[in-house]
Amino acid sequence: MCLGLPGKVIEIKEFSAIVDIAGTKREVSTMMLAENVEVGDYVMVHVGFAIAKMDPEEAEETLKTIIEYADEID
Amino acid sequence: MKLIDSFRDKEKVDILLKQIDKLNIKDKEYRFMEVCGTHTMSISRFGLRTLLPENILLISGPGCPVCVTSQGEIDAIFDLVKNNDVIIATYGDLLKVPGSNGENLYILRSMGFDIRVVFSPLDVIEIAKNTDKEVVFLSIGFETTTPPSAGLVKQLVKENIKNVSLFVMNKTMPKVLDFIANQENVMVDGFLCPGHVSAITGERLYEPLVRSGFACVISGFEPVDVLMSVKLLMEQVNKGEFWVENNYGRVVKRNGNELAMKLMYEVFEDSDAYWRGIGVIEGSGLMLRANYKDFDAMEKFNIEVDYSKSLPGCRCGDVLLGRIKPTDCSLFGNRCTPEDPYGPCMVSSEGSCAAYYKYGG
Repeated sequence: MCLGLPGKVIEIKEFSAIVDIAGTKREVSTMMLAENVEVGDYVMVHVGFAIAKMDPEEAEETLKTIIEYADEID
Repeated sequence: MKLIDSFRDKEKVDILLKQIDKLNIKDKEYRFMEVCGTHTMSISRFGLRTLLPENILLISGPGCPVCVTSQGEIDAIFDLVKNNDVIIATYGDLLKVPGSNGENLYILRSMGFDIRVVFSPLDVIEIAKNTDKEVVFLSIGFETTTPPSAGLVKQLVKENIKNVSLFVMNKTMPKVLDFIANQENVMVDGFLCPGHVSAITGERLYEPLVRSGFACVISGFEPVDVLMSVKLLMEQVNKGEFWVENNYGRVVKRNGNELAMKLMYEVFEDSDAYWRGIGVIEGSGLMLRANYKDFDAMEKFNIEVDYSKSLPGCRCGDVLLGRIKPTDCSLFGNRCTPEDPYGPCMVSSEGSCAAYYKYGG
């Protein structure tokens, strides 16, 4: 039930958006999002609501940091 | 999604395991509790316990909302179904939760009672519009799931829909974390903090824990996320300095989702709640505010819950507090299996017993 799934926004409506979650298209409520989302953005979807806009740069940063650890180990 | 593949990358997992090994003080025991059912599932599914050194223990806490729901509430739901001409709308997780006499919502559905699975609280609106019957939504979950329940209530008001009520079993995290942190016989060094609850609450939820000397790392759910969080927890423990580290920045912002918190507290207010295996924790639950009481199934159907009920022999309470591992329960794997669960931790796919049974420790 606490499972959140990342979805790519493919269409924006007034209070909702159509997102693509691993190939399945679903309408999700955007009433809980303070920030604007645009087509192409990723959002975290939970029980039919977008709960957060996802930050791909932050994700890349995490992955980059891990690669940097490799240098520390060697 | 490419991003997910990267967070399951074997090379990155290997790097993290070497880092963990380097940080590991081998004669010390590191005890970290995850307080989210999805963490429990992910740790078991990817076999992360087996990858970690033996002295690093990942303990499953009370993070599965189904598991912590009291037996009295579960039985009250069945009484409600059997004694009233209602439609029950529920998340699928609740279907197999057994009542005191062995029945569950699946069985009741096969007997002809109208029980429907929804994926979102908003699905309830469509059901209600197409029936004259009362639709009762089983509202359950923590800070991630409760704002959507509040969203449903607001929508019901907006569309003037009267034939829906909520059986509210929602709970919040702060008080139960405080409870665990103050348990004498629960030895925990730090918390793997729930990613999606934190997306709503923000980082401040864990500040009391770090002040009490617990390491706290907000974590995502992929193997790389969890292992990196374990490494960050170990760093705090080794230093003896504690702070809230956000290792899920791609989703969790420092202040969380203030709009969702506002929505939640517009519709609900804090109340005492009964946690399975734990008992009453003051201010750890939620109830509908007075101006939304028309949507309260408990009042509409005059439901009384007997909170003293429990399942004899079931040790879910001890599992939820990290006192025992699921495999230490004598019912595990024989009387209690995912196909025929006895206790709630075996029912929900997010329950620790179900995760241990399916994927091993």
